[in-house]
Amino acid sequence: MTLRDIINKLLRRQPASASTARERLQLVLAHDRSDLSTDILDQMRKEILEVVAKYVEIDMDEGAVSLETEDRMTALVANLPIKRTLNGQIKLIEPDSNPQVNPKETENIGQNSQESFDS
Amino acid sequence: MGTDTRVILICSGKGGVGKTTLTANLGISLARQGLTTAVLDADFGLRNLDLLLGLENRIVYTAQEVLEEECRLDQALVKHKQESNLSLLPAGNPRMLDWLKPDDMKSIVNMLKEQFKYVLIDCPAGVEDGFKNAMAASQEAIVVTNPEVSAVRDADRVIGLLNTNSIKPVQLVLNRVRPKMMASQEMLSIDDVTDILALPLLGLVLEDEQVIVSTNKGEPLTLNSINSPAAKCYLNIAKRLQGEDIPLIDPIEESSGFGAKFRRLMQTKIF
Repeated sequence: MTLRDIINKLLRRQPASASTARERLQLVLAHDRSDLSTDILDQMRKEILEVVAKYVEIDMDEGAVSLETEDRMTALVANLPIKRTLNGQIKLIEPDSNPQVNPKETENIGQNSQESFDS
Repeated sequence: MGTDTRVILICSGKGGVGKTTLTANLGISLARQGLTTAVLDADFGLRNLDLLLGLENRIVYTAQEVLEEECRLDQALVKHKQESNLSLLPAGNPRMLDWLKPDDMKSIVNMLKEQFKYVLIDCPAGVEDGFKNAMAASQEAIVVTNPEVSAVRDADRVIGLLNTNSIKPVQLVLNRVRPKMMASQEMLSIDDVTDILALPLLGLVLEDEQVIVSTNKGEPLTLNSINSPAAKCYLNIAKRLQGEDIPLIDPIEESSGFGAKFRRLMQTKIF
């Protein structure tokens, strides 16, 4: 954020368009570079959520999977809010009924779990 | 010559960002430094390099006749009137696109390598066959872009293709930079573009009305108007290509006085 951005905010003026251009470009390039459609991304989000939901209770509506790009490296970032029990512990699901999880290719996938306190 | 010839693809993805103007001016600038340079118009569909160099009336044969062995290479090469170190190999008929293959481009470039220190290939816009043929014959590349979203996006596509085809180094030229708009943050900054595309910056070219005047006359700026802002930029790019350490100009520095100082202050990053 630059000094101009702050002044624009204080005066409630439209921000200068360069920052809008930068943000829009970063978003569109992340998709261009990955060749993933929003449908596939959505499908992937569901499947990732299902896998994680076998182990901990997560908020199925809140989870977000997005592509982020920096320095020509694109990362898949999954943000999965974990539900907590009343005493603040993470809700674990009994592991004995789990089928073997197939260890698929995990290159470039950063997983970033966020904890939410919505007990 | 032969092995130490540098074959440089000048490409952009998007049309109209200044590939041909850069090719013409780099050709003149390198020739001025005493380096034998060939500029090859690989835009067979919409050729224009001849026009920008003012050589359109002197074309007898083209790359097409060379490939069909109807003439020798030196019969097709058009030597520049003022800069004898510079020669143009004109693009052939647009119908060439029907049969031209990457190997044809390679054989043209191999012939040029025998005689020249630099071969600059003016690439067509797009990422289709015309681009792929030109890329097949190249060793390194200069990607030209403007500080605009569409040009940067298309440049990114091209950079991806260059990387997968092991073209290196790939360097960036940021064209049509408007210092005032950059200062008021209404135009993507130099850092924005180099960060997004993750390429080393070979140079930037300031927006300059004289470019249009020079194309009207068919005399590249670097030929007769070397004091115009864009011409200085082109000359610097040619020197950097040769390995000279020429510092980049700061476009905001270019607009001097109190206004510029104020604009710089406004650009200060707070967090």
